[in-house]
Amino acid sequence: MSEILSLFSNVGNITAQQVVMWVIGGIMIYLGIKKQMEPTLLVPMGFGAILVNLPMSAAVTQKAGELIEAGPLDILFDAGIANELFLLLLFIGIGAMIDFTPLLANPILMLFGAAAQFGIFMTLSLATLFGFSLQDAASVGIIGAADGPTSIFVANYFDSKYLGAIIVAAYSYMALVPIIQPPVIRLLTSKKERTIHMEYSPKSVSRMAKILFPIMITVIAGIVAPKSAPLVGFLMFGNLIRECGVLDSLSDTAQHTMANLVTLILGLTVASRMRAEEFLNVQTLLILLLGLVAFIFDTAGGVIFAKIINLFRKKKINPMIGACGISAFPMSGRVVTQMALKEDPTNILIMQATGVNVSGQIASVIAGGLILGLVPKL
Amino acid sequence: MVFLESLKVMGLGMVGIFAVTIILVAVMKLLTKLFPAKTDK
Repeated sequence: MSEILSLFSNVGNITAQQVVMWVIGGIMIYLGIKKQMEPTLLVPMGFGAILVNLPMSAAVTQKAGELIEAGPLDILFDAGIANELFLLLLFIGIGAMIDFTPLLANPILMLFGAAAQFGIFMTLSLATLFGFSLQDAASVGIIGAADGPTSIFVANYFDSKYLGAIIVAAYSYMALVPIIQPPVIRLLTSKKERTIHMEYSPKSVSRMAKILFPIMITVIAGIVAPKSAPLVGFLMFGNLIRECGVLDSLSDTAQHTMANLVTLILGLTVASRMRAEEFLNVQTLLILLLGLVAFIFDTAGGVIFAKIINLFRKKKINPMIGACGISAFPMSGRVVTQMALKEDPTNILIMQATGVNVSGQIASVIAGGLILGLVPKL
Repeated sequence: MVFLESLKVMGLGMVGIFAVTIILVAVMKLLTKLFPAKTDK
């Protein structure tokens, strides 16, 4: 009888905090499956959150006195996330997925991508007012990149103990772009501004320009912001294999098989940083709040920049496209396109919105690289 | 103190990102000028 009872002795090790984490994990799985919110990340992370918060879970490293038993999730974390390897591999896949043609056809749209990174830096400053160190504040601010892998890369570079909360915030708000952006855009623009039509003259881009583009971007970003070299370089390498026309098989593998494999492991592995004792604290709530602030200021930055540009232009820009400068692709472009159609069913902004949206992907990576260069590592 | 330092990062960061972006815009314009698509000719 006592032997049977000993089988269930671990039940006594369950803590209230662990149960809270199971609920959080369950909510993430629910949002991923039922609401289709970033399911590729939220489902593995939600499951991982439950897995690592089982009492004495051998999935993560456990210490019993002098004895240390390494858990597979911590081993995976050290092997692929602590050294940024998984993220860089994922960047190749992302680069192979992006078509930069709308941006090359209208390069000036790139400026909106830059303006929409304002939320990152604004949130960085705000976070220091809440007692975060400059390094942790930078890790929190980068949620505003609206780019999961960049957020993980920067937070991990600064060895932030808030990595779990930062990832949850980054991916949750990316999925919530259709809810976060419209009210901010409406608040900052008039009906008249939202109905501005923008001419679009379809311009084709040569294959040579598309091939040279990733190489040039890598060289320039690498020289100006050397810390961004791995981020930009791997992203642009992915794009080069897409555009060169002779590596279709590699491009296809990078876009699908490799990106899926890395995402699969990434979601489960980052959950190793969602242990109750590290995750359930006031800082996590603050990070979730600051992440929202970052997305709001990103949107505002892009819209206000477009309004400023309009002061000097005869042909007005629809300021809503400024909001697409965040990296959340294609959600942000889609949101603005739909808003424009709702205001005026004849106003089609899809190409301009897409161009700004892809520029946000480059700008967010460069912003991440700049932060790595500007904020000293402890 | 940390806040003041963060303001410096914000200023330099935004200036930096616009500086890099302006260079990239110029490069993209140059690329499309030097290598126009055949249909544009």
